[in-house]
Amino acid sequence: MSATMDNNRAAAAGGKRYLWLWGAVVALLPVIGGTLAWLTGWDAMWFFAPVFLYVIVPAADYIVGEDSSNPDESAVQALEQDRFYRWCTYAFIPVQYAVVVWGAWLVGGGTLSWVALIGLTWSMGILSGVAINTAHELGHKKPTIEKWLARIALAPVAYGHFYVEHNKGHHRRVATPEDPASARMGETLYQFMPRTVLGSLASAWEIEKTRLARQGKSVWHPENENLQSWSMTVLLFGALTAAFGWAVLPFLLIQAAIGASLLETVNYIEHYGLLRHKTAEGRYERCQPRHSWNNNHIVTNVLLYHLQRHSDHHAHPTRRYQALRHFEEAPQLPTGYAGMIVLAAIPPLWFRVMDPKVVAHHEGDLRQAHLHPAKADSLLDRYTASAAAT
Amino acid sequence: MKKWQCIVCGFEYDEAAGMPDEGIEPGTKWDDVPDDWTCPDCGAPKADFEMMEVD
Repeated sequence: MSATMDNNRAAAAGGKRYLWLWGAVVALLPVIGGTLAWLTGWDAMWFFAPVFLYVIVPAADYIVGEDSSNPDESAVQALEQDRFYRWCTYAFIPVQYAVVVWGAWLVGGGTLSWVALIGLTWSMGILSGVAINTAHELGHKKPTIEKWLARIALAPVAYGHFYVEHNKGHHRRVATPEDPASARMGETLYQFMPRTVLGSLASAWEIEKTRLARQGKSVWHPENENLQSWSMTVLLFGALTAAFGWAVLPFLLIQAAIGASLLETVNYIEHYGLLRHKTAEGRYERCQPRHSWNNNHIVTNVLLYHLQRHSDHHAHPTRRYQALRHFEEAPQLPTGYAGMIVLAAIPPLWFRVMDPKVVAHHEGDLRQAHLHPAKADSLLDRYTASAAAT
Repeated sequence: MKKWQCIVCGFEYDEAAGMPDEGIEPGTKWDDVPDDWTCPDCGAPKADFEMMEVD
């Protein structure tokens, strides 16, 4: 019985093996849209990527469903060391760069209609958002090659400071009031957005300033990893502008903003309302699976290198994506990120779906949850009253 | 006495200071820190710490 189960689990982990290549195919979304527009002569086809993200993937998640199987512990070491999985993430980056150059070339050519231009910019923004996910997987790893690839993937998104802030800021402070990238119950996406964008930027700057100061160096020293990463963006955008003309610059800046906002929307979802408590010694408790929302929907997990196995990722941040596990004690999102970002964009709907889940996760005791200070009293009133009424 | 740093979040374990809150006495060598001990800030395993240059 248990041997069969182990085999099933190992098979399940290996079963996604070739599906991980889809991650790099996502980088082709803008090209797919352009090709469809060219074949049909219909400019609306340039909007293929947004339709894919906001409609097709949520529907596919619904139809294909969930997979909560975990790799067998005895197989994890081999799974982690299998280089195939690494190459899947590396493969994303040349595709990403080819598509960025192709997009800039098209925009510079000046032959696109406004509809096509808007569709292409939006699609490129989605690609950039997904590129942050690839950078995220790579940026957690020890090998120098992966660290550099992470920063290269962040250059077209102009979000190089994410590499510093995510590891040394977000992972340390996740699900605490000190983390700009952990959303509070009652906080709308639109309140969260400036807080996370500006807070993460300030934190990344501070982290490098402190690190360099300990070595007796100025924050402007060339070893500042934020400055290094941003310079890559300046070089890339400068080169593309020089090659294809000034029209390319607003295109690059707008798609980068769309990419960053996609990432920050996912941040909003990942820890909404969840809180680590302080121990008697005044230190925050260790991050547990219960401090991040998990989701097992197959389609989004395959497209995002298991990013939605987020509870395990934060509790065990150096595990490679192919080995991330489902935990029963972790709170579960109702659908994959693609559907959740649509929900997050509509705050009344978001609150209606998610707030009861936050309440249930804390077994009705909202004092244990991460509450938006401005809404704390009204949330406590409402959910305490409804608990008393039932 | 050496210092060891978490590769994820940068937390430092200082052998001289130990972590008395967690039952690790001052002066505990890195080798003697339990293998199942994890980074108190981000949860990374002991194996994912690197020895730091001593200032």
